[in-house]
Amino acid sequence: MYEIIGIWVGAFFTLAIYSFLYKENPVYRLAEHLVVGISLGYTMAITYDVVLKPRLIEPLLAGGSWILLIPALLGLLYITRFISSIAWLSRYPIAFVLGTGMGVGFPLTMKSNVLRQLEAAMIPFYQEGMPWHMVLGNVVLVLGTLAALIYFFFSKPHKGFFFGTGSRIGIWIIMLGFGATFGFTVMGRISLLIGRIQYLLGDWLHLIE
Amino acid sequence: MKRTVPLMIVMVGGILMMVQYFIPHQYSQAVFDSYVSWAPIIAAFALILGVGSLTRVHAHKIRRKAENWQYSWAVLIPLYAMPVLAHIWPVSLSGGMDEPSIFHFLFMHIQVPIQATMFSMLAFYIASAAFRAFRAKSALATVLLLAAVIVMLGQVPIGDLIAKWFPQIGLWILRYPNLAAKRAIMLGVGFGILATNLKIIFGVERNWLGGAGK
Repeated sequence: MYEIIGIWVGAFFTLAIYSFLYKENPVYRLAEHLVVGISLGYTMAITYDVVLKPRLIEPLLAGGSWILLIPALLGLLYITRFISSIAWLSRYPIAFVLGTGMGVGFPLTMKSNVLRQLEAAMIPFYQEGMPWHMVLGNVVLVLGTLAALIYFFFSKPHKGFFFGTGSRIGIWIIMLGFGATFGFTVMGRISLLIGRIQYLLGDWLHLIE
Repeated sequence: MKRTVPLMIVMVGGILMMVQYFIPHQYSQAVFDSYVSWAPIIAAFALILGVGSLTRVHAHKIRRKAENWQYSWAVLIPLYAMPVLAHIWPVSLSGGMDEPSIFHFLFMHIQVPIQATMFSMLAFYIASAAFRAFRAKSALATVLLLAAVIVMLGQVPIGDLIAKWFPQIGLWILRYPNLAAKRAIMLGVGFGILATNLKIIFGVERNWLGGAGK
């Protein structure tokens, strides 16, 4: 019974959202507002379950973890944002999260976004027994990365052989990349659409297996 | 107190966390462990700020009977009902302990279908965007069009029917030119993040202070 009611409710809200394709209407607006409330309410419940309860409340109740009162007090300072005379106190927790987050993130970004990418871009064009399409691919990968970087380098005018030709090749590579990404995204969205249609025609109406 | 102390906290915290990465000592590890246990607690309190803000906006709309104020109830009721149903009053649908709760029902049968449908609806908008973007008006637009069409057809059975090698071309585009473009973008983004990190840590970028109490 639970499942049947659930499928009917799910089907109702699926159709409510699709009704927007015709025009905005009260049923769509209701679904849109409900999803905001439910998702934030769900996040609150889960945050309490996985963060506040095991990391703060339980250790404090068990005693001996009084140091955890510092992050709790810092966190509570966020709420001063609602009282304009002391709203500046909310900068303290923001400063802590921002500063430490930036510090932790710096070496990690350097590693993942810069060093690893540079390392992966430095590959030999040819190795024994490599098929021609891989050799061509490696050439495109190495020179294409360089050309696309030149295109994004705006400190020099895109003129001459290195910057001019480089940036022109770069934009071709970027367009190929954007086209491929777009095609990939379209396929992802279409498969989601197929999933919803399967839900309506299969789970709900039992018209398809 | 209002500006200097927060800027100092950012600078000291940022430098400390940056340095601890390069010094694998028990003290630096202890600093990092404290950060790992403190940061989620502080971040969890930020949720209260978000919930409070949303409540204020919608309560204001209801009080003033602003346009479409009735829908604000559709935000506020589930917003507070969900935590209550999860922790204070976890009612099951049939009264039995093994039955799924109303909390579970609301999430699985309202939240999940609505979100999946919203994302799937993008298929329609992406199609209309494609119609505008894919008009082969120039050589570059043609390249964009060809790459997208080859990748799309290469992923479905019809691509295999066109020619056995057709899906391979789609895969080659994804693996090489696409990766080259992505890598260049990722490098650019990486340098941007690093520059922004340093600007915030050393107090050059101060927009995050906002206008609260000046």
